[in-house]
Amino acid sequence: MTASMIAVENLRVRFGTQDVVKGVSFSVPRGGSFGMVGESGSGKSTILRAVSGLNADWTGRMEIDGVALMPKRGRAFFRRVQMVFQDPYGSLHPGQTIDRALSEPLLVHGIGDIETRILRALAEVALPSTVRFRFPHQLSGGQRQRVAIARALMAEPEVLLLDEPTSALDVSVQAEVLNLLSALQKSRNLTYVMVSHNLAVVAHLCPMIGVMQGGNLVETISAENLRAGRTQHAHTTELRALSVELEDPEEV
Amino acid sequence: MLVRMDNLRVGFRTPQGVSEAVRGVSLTVGQEKLGIVGESGSGKSLTARSILRLLPGSATVTADKLEFDGIDVLSAREGALRRIRGKRAGLIMQDPKYSLNPVMTAGAQIAEAWRAHKGGSRRQATKAAIDLLAQVRIRDPARVAGLYPHELSGGMGQRVMIAMMLAPDPELLIADEPTSALDATVQADILRLIEDLVAKRGMGLMLISHDLPLVSHFCDRVLVMYAGRVVEEVKAADLHRAKHPYTRGLLECLPSLVKPKPQLSVLKRDPAWSAPQ
Ligand SMILES: Nc1ncnc2c1ncn2[C@@H]1O[C@H](COP(=O)(O)OP(=O)(O)OP(=O)(O)O)[C@@H](O)[C@H]1O
Ligand SMILES: Nc1ncnc2c1ncn2[C@@H]1O[C@H](COP(=O)(O)OP(=O)(O)OP(=O)(O)O)[C@@H](O)[C@H]1O
Ligand SMILES: [Mg+2]
Ligand SMILES: [Mg+2]
Repeated sequence: MTASMIAVENLRVRFGTQDVVKGVSFSVPRGGSFGMVGESGSGKSTILRAVSGLNADWTGRMEIDGVALMPKRGRAFFRRVQMVFQDPYGSLHPGQTIDRALSEPLLVHGIGDIETRILRALAEVALPSTVRFRFPHQLSGGQRQRVAIARALMAEPEVLLLDEPTSALDVSVQAEVLNLLSALQKSRNLTYVMVSHNLAVVAHLCPMIGVMQGGNLVETISAENLRAGRTQHAHTTELRALSVELEDPEEV
Repeated sequence: MLVRMDNLRVGFRTPQGVSEAVRGVSLTVGQEKLGIVGESGSGKSLTARSILRLLPGSATVTADKLEFDGIDVLSAREGALRRIRGKRAGLIMQDPKYSLNPVMTAGAQIAEAWRAHKGGSRRQATKAAIDLLAQVRIRDPARVAGLYPHELSGGMGQRVMIAMMLAPDPELLIADEPTSALDATVQADILRLIEDLVAKRGMGLMLISHDLPLVSHFCDRVLVMYAGRVVEEVKAADLHRAKHPYTRGLLECLPSLVKPKPQLSVLKRDPAWSAPQ
C-alpha cells in the first residue's frame, strides 16, 4: 500500500457502544480522486474526520504518503491535509471575518503574500470581494460553503478531504468549483477524497467510488461502471436508478 | 392564498450605504408546491425568512404587501407571529444542525414542537417524536432521539428539522434546501411524505433548492431568482424549456451521470441580468 497517497485499512470507529465505521479499507493514488457516496448516517463524514485527525478514537491502519498516521497529528500534517466540512459553519469560526478565516492558515504556516492570495482565493470560488470583511452569518449558505473551500486551499495542501463541497451551491457555481478542483489537481497533483450524494458530481471528479451503507463499504466501483449501470450491490443499483430517473434528459 | 408578497425589499446597512439583497420580489403561495431556484446569494433564503419575519436584526425590510393567510406580517405583533411560526407555518432552515438547539436532544426538540401544538403528556410527546423520526426514515429512531445535534450526521440533522416542522401539522411548509444532505433513497421517501401532506391536508409548500431535476419533477411551478429578483416563472415540468439566459445557462452547467463531459460549461453572467429596473 505504499504507492498510494492515502491508504486506509480496516478502519473502525465507535461512539459509546455504537459501531459507526465497521472495518473500511480503500486507497487513493497520488494525484487521484476517490468518491464516497451512500446512505445518510452510514459513516462517510466519520471516516473523513478520522483521516483528517479530528477524531483520535479509531482503530485500524491509515497512511498518508506511506507514513502511518498516529492518533495525534502535528502542524506539518495539517498543512498537507485539509478538510472541507459538510456544514460550512464547521470550518468557519462565527466570530472571525472572512478575511481572518482566509489569512489564518497563511499566518500559521508562515506563508507570505497574504493580500494577493486572499483576493485570488475569493475570485477562484466566484465570491465578490465585498464579502471579505463580513462575518460568516452575513453570507448566504452557498457563499459560506465557498469560503470554506477557499480556506482549505489557502495553505496549498497536498490532500483535500471534501465533505459535500457543492451541495449548497447553484449548479453554475458548482461547475466553477468542480472545474477549479480539476485544474488544481492537474497543476499541483492534489489528491482528493470527496463525499457527495450527487452521483453525477462524484462521477465527474472521481474515477473510483466507494459506496457506504450501515458503516460498511459495500462496493467500490469505477465511475465508468457506475455510469453504465454495471453495479454489484443493491444499494448502489438503487442509488443509480433514482439518480438516472431524475436526470432523464428528456425531462430536464 | 397562504402567502401574498408584493414588492419585497430587504437591505443591509453597510459603511458604503444600504445594499439591497432582495429587490422587489412578488409571489403568492397557495395549496401547491412552489419551487424556488436561483443563484447562490440571490436572496432566496432572505425571501423565505421574510414570510415569518425571521430576518437578521441588521436587515431593513419593506413590502407593498406581505401577508400570511391575510395577516399583515410586517405590522403584526411578536405574539401574533409566534402563533404562526413553527405552528401554522414551518421553516426548515438551510443549516439545520446550527438551527437546532445544541443543548437539547433531537427527540426533546421534536417532542417540544409537538406538544406546543397538540398538548398531551410528556410521555405521549416522546412517543410522537420517535414516530416522527421513523416517518422521516431514521433507521434507529429511539437511539437518534437521544442524540445531541453535534452527534447527528448531516442528513440526520436535516431529517430532525423536517420532523420538528411537520410535528404541528403546519398549513405552510417553507423548506430551504431540505434534502441536500440526503441520499437519493431517503430523499425520495421524504418527498413522498411531503407530497402526501400537500395532497391530503392541502398544505402549501415553498421548496428552495439547487437541484433542478428535483424541482422540475416535484413542484408545480418554479420561480427563478437572480440578484435579488425573480427573473422567470415557469411550469415546473417545463423547466427544461426555460427562456431566461440565466436559467438556460444553469441547465447547461448540470453534470450528468449518463452523459459525462470532460469539462463542465460555466455561466457567463451578463450585467444586464442584475441591472436596476
Ligand atoms: N459525536 C458522535 N456521537 C455519537 N454518535 C455519532 C457522533 N458523530 C456521529 N455519530 C453517529 O455516527 C453515524 C455516522 O455519522 P456520519 O456523520 O459519519 O454519517 P454520514 O455518512 O456522513 O451521513 P450524512 O450523509 O447524513 O452526512 C450516525 O449514526 C451518527 O449519529
Ligand atoms: N446579515 C447579513 N448582512 C449582510 N448581507 C447579508 C446578510 N445576510 C445575507 N446577506 C446577503 O444577502 C444576499 C442574499 O442572501 P440569501 O441568504 O438570501 O441568499 P440565497 O439565495 O439563499 O443563497 P444560497 O443559495 O447561497 O443559500 C447574499 O448576497 C448575502 O451575502
Ligand atoms: Mg456526513
Ligand atoms: Mg440560502
